[in-house]
Amino acid sequence: MTGRAKTVGQGIAIAAVVGLLALLVWKLAFGDGQGAAGSLARGENPVAPAFTLSRLDAADGKVSLSDLKGKPVVVNFWASWCIPCKDEAPALQKTYEQYRKQGLVVLGVDAQDFRQDAKRFAKRFGITYPIVYDGSGSTLGKWGVTGFPETFFVDRNGRLVGERIQGGIDTERNRKAYAEGVRLALGEAP
Amino acid sequence: MTRFLAAALALLALVGAAAAGRPVQADLEAEIVCPTCKTTLDQSSSPIATRMKAYIRVRIAAGDSATEIKAQLVEQFGPAVLAEPPKRGFDLLAWLLPLGALAIGAVVVAGLAWTWSRRRDGESAATESALDPDLERRVDEELARFDV
Repeated sequence: MTGRAKTVGQGIAIAAVVGLLALLVWKLAFGDGQGAAGSLARGENPVAPAFTLSRLDAADGKVSLSDLKGKPVVVNFWASWCIPCKDEAPALQKTYEQYRKQGLVVLGVDAQDFRQDAKRFAKRFGITYPIVYDGSGSTLGKWGVTGFPETFFVDRNGRLVGERIQGGIDTERNRKAYAEGVRLALGEAP
Repeated sequence: MTRFLAAALALLALVGAAAAGRPVQADLEAEIVCPTCKTTLDQSSSPIATRMKAYIRVRIAAGDSATEIKAQLVEQFGPAVLAEPPKRGFDLLAWLLPLGALAIGAVVVAGLAWTWSRRRDGESAATESALDPDLERRVDEELARFDV
């Protein structure tokens, strides 16, 4: 190999290594693998990640989170195969019925699930609040959802408030944080 | 004996299904990825993987082809549900890039081998020509002593 070719080869190899290192540094410094949930855990109130998804009951109808701006929203990620989701479904429906007049919307996001199974689930538990379908789970990364169910609270300004609830809302561990999240979303004084 | 017969019948059914072009449950389970655990269905026992296996079983019994079943699952869970990316559009890159890298690697190795062989030839020639004439004469004399 000639000296020049060797130098060019070494230059390319060094550039590749430097490029990969730069990517790693960038990811560590600016990447947020935990999505909005990570910001929330750090005490921030990030803007709720936007999405537009089809309604569970009508594949042609779409719902965007931005359509609900100005309203407090409880965003609940769930799937029909998830057992705690069954346990919390009546409590979510009760929240919707109780605070609907105050403008609160409960929005279910059914993810990584068969649409038909989710429809049967909604019917079985008498769910009347809107549900959108995200079969591929495209929203989970942006929100930082790591399992089902998970619940977030969005205030009237479209910002996340309160805590991210991991697991059923109607459990001893989560009941207080859930009530607090609803209160914050509604903008009520403590 | 009964077990042997049952196993033989199951094997025959499997071979028969494959021969008839019908999809085989095990093949599809190895080609579809569980959306929550990111492994193929045959490696997973998560609730959604179990549900997807049941769905595949029902669709096979209903007479759907493997392509149809995969298309139905892609419609529900997106293209990431396929263990192998489709051989079209942007996904084609996943197939072409490794082949391209292999071809580039082969060219680099061939180039290096050619360069090294040329260098070795040059060094041997240089060694031969660099032999001291006096030394060469002495070597010839020494070798001649061994001649019969």
